[in-house]
Amino acid sequence: MKVHEYQAKALLAQYGIPIPRGKVISTPAEAREIAAEIGSKAVIKAQVYAGGRGKAGGIKTVSSPAEAKKAASQLLGTRLVTHQTGPEGLPVSTVLVEEASDVARELYLSILVDGTSRLPVMMASEAGGMEIEEMAQAAPEKIFKSYIDPAIGFQPFQGRKLAYGINLDGGQIGEATRLMTNIYKLFMDKDCSLAEINPLVITADGKLLALDAKLNFDDNALYRHKDIQELQDKEQEEPLEIQARDWGINNYVKMDGDIGCMVNGAGLAMAVNDLIQYCGGRAANFLDIGTLNNTERVVNSFKMFIADPRINAVLVNIFGGMARVDVIAKGIVEAYQQMDIPFPVVIRLAGTNLEEGQRILAESRISFIQAIDFYDGAHKVVEVAKGVAK
Amino acid sequence: MSILVDEKTRLLVQGITGGEGSFHTQRCIEYGTKVVAGVTPGKGGSHHLGVPVFNTVEKAMAETGANTSLMFVPPAFAADGILEAIDAGISLVVCITEGIPALDMVKVHRYLKGKSTRLVGPNCPGVISPGKCKAGIMVGEIHLPGNVGVISRSGTLTYDVVSQLTSLGIGQSTCVGIGGDALPGSTFVDILELFQEDQNTKAVVLIGEIGGTTEQEAAEFINHKMIKPVVAFVAGSTAPPGKRMGHAGAIITGSAGKASEKIKMLSKAGATIAPNPAEVGLTTKKVLESL
Repeated sequence: MKVHEYQAKALLAQYGIPIPRGKVISTPAEAREIAAEIGSKAVIKAQVYAGGRGKAGGIKTVSSPAEAKKAASQLLGTRLVTHQTGPEGLPVSTVLVEEASDVARELYLSILVDGTSRLPVMMASEAGGMEIEEMAQAAPEKIFKSYIDPAIGFQPFQGRKLAYGINLDGGQIGEATRLMTNIYKLFMDKDCSLAEINPLVITADGKLLALDAKLNFDDNALYRHKDIQELQDKEQEEPLEIQARDWGINNYVKMDGDIGCMVNGAGLAMAVNDLIQYCGGRAANFLDIGTLNNTERVVNSFKMFIADPRINAVLVNIFGGMARVDVIAKGIVEAYQQMDIPFPVVIRLAGTNLEEGQRILAESRISFIQAIDFYDGAHKVVEVAKGVAK
Repeated sequence: MSILVDEKTRLLVQGITGGEGSFHTQRCIEYGTKVVAGVTPGKGGSHHLGVPVFNTVEKAMAETGANTSLMFVPPAFAADGILEAIDAGISLVVCITEGIPALDMVKVHRYLKGKSTRLVGPNCPGVISPGKCKAGIMVGEIHLPGNVGVISRSGTLTYDVVSQLTSLGIGQSTCVGIGGDALPGSTFVDILELFQEDQNTKAVVLIGEIGGTTEQEAAEFINHKMIKPVVAFVAGSTAPPGKRMGHAGAIITGSAGKASEKIKMLSKAGATIAPNPAEVGLTTKKVLESL
């Protein structure tokens, strides 16, 4: 789960990490007020769930309350398109008004779980402001890393190693070590999957300051963090994905084609989308119905397809294991009984309780196209979708 | 021969009395697996599905000689269950549970260091050596005893691949689901090493997916150490970056996580790449014929 920059900064502040003075607002008038309170140069930052805001015009520096009001009014109510958002962009409903900082150096600091060592790793570099991916390719030797043993936690020597690595000096070494210890604590306490301060700046007077912040949280651990769950801003997410979750379909991702897919299992669902493309079509979504054996989720999947005006055809591909084919078949029949299905549906079934499932579909006399295997299903749905599109 | 599980496996089921635990324990017993014990705290002393239930893994092992644990414990308690099994000194833990917090698994991995236990999963379909032992939730009937090893990050996609193999008359030595989480207990490399040593395995089918770098590490191993042929498929060529595709570990966060990058590395290392997920069986058949 993602959160906004201002929410991430509030959490950093709770853990004693210095952030710029400022406030999040939702009207231009408030922007003027806050800028007046700050009393010096301010920065107006659009709050969206995406990076690359600076280059996209989502961050503006202003030197008076009137300018702050104007900048806020130019951002609020618009959609910001960055290289991370896709062409439709994300809605700007709040902006963060912050005191502008006098920056001497821009650094990078982050912590995440490394998949190879299976340990949390703290990373620091002198190239603040750059994306870590670019940095890792351009100059991997300039990224300093400390792998953290969860049994003893982050140790001061690790902080010193990183701080000296990125050429801090004097009092900054101790200050940076404390900051790193604190962000490690935040990372562990709140089950983050990523905590990133980019840039972490050294101000003109030599102090460390988290100028930007990004926190991602482990979805699997949200059950034990009600406070984090409450931070979620649904407006920043794809409406179809929100709808799917409200209907109990947790594994739904919108894609850009016209073929609706309902599959059990994430790997198979990805492979179905790949195979559709191999056959010359494009999937409108990734949808893993999971393994719960209830018909409601099948019915709701069909509701999703009807709610999506792009759909020209649907492929159901089920390989029953934990999920039972007869239950899926019952769900499909219920969907046909409850709603008018306006698109052709190709169905491929295999696995647990297949015969019973086939019998249910045959006796229901619903109209669908049967596929004998995985390839046949993808091939047929691509053909019928093309027919409908014409 | 086979790897990880066989006729000598004495299975213990953690969470045997739950809904999923019960359903799949029954299926394992029907397949012929020797299920010797169940563990559910508070239900020690009773029997479930004809299997004696114990309060602790330690007691269950001492009384029954169990050597492998199959875990169905819910996500919030699963890491603790794995730790208990490691502490009891069991040889193999196969964890089916999906949704365990990543930082819980960080602790588990730390605790595993220097211990004799091997972990497969979590978030996986389990392990099956066809005709010998099923320690998992896969459909037993689609498997056929034989000489091809299968390793996969996926569940149902593996069922499809296995049924392709079986319908072509290609049997399997062992099929291992390593799971869809970002921090799996066993990696592709861990299982490739076992297949390399297994006399009964002639070739290996590897099913990867987007996210992480475990396929790249497998490619490195295949390139330098693997003598047996490997057929590979990587799911998620069409997956958009930054989106989690169902599995916790299936998210493209950098160029290394892309399917195209993984396919390139595996191909360079000498693996034969299946052109699409429906032709993994056929591709394997061709590779076996060329041996």
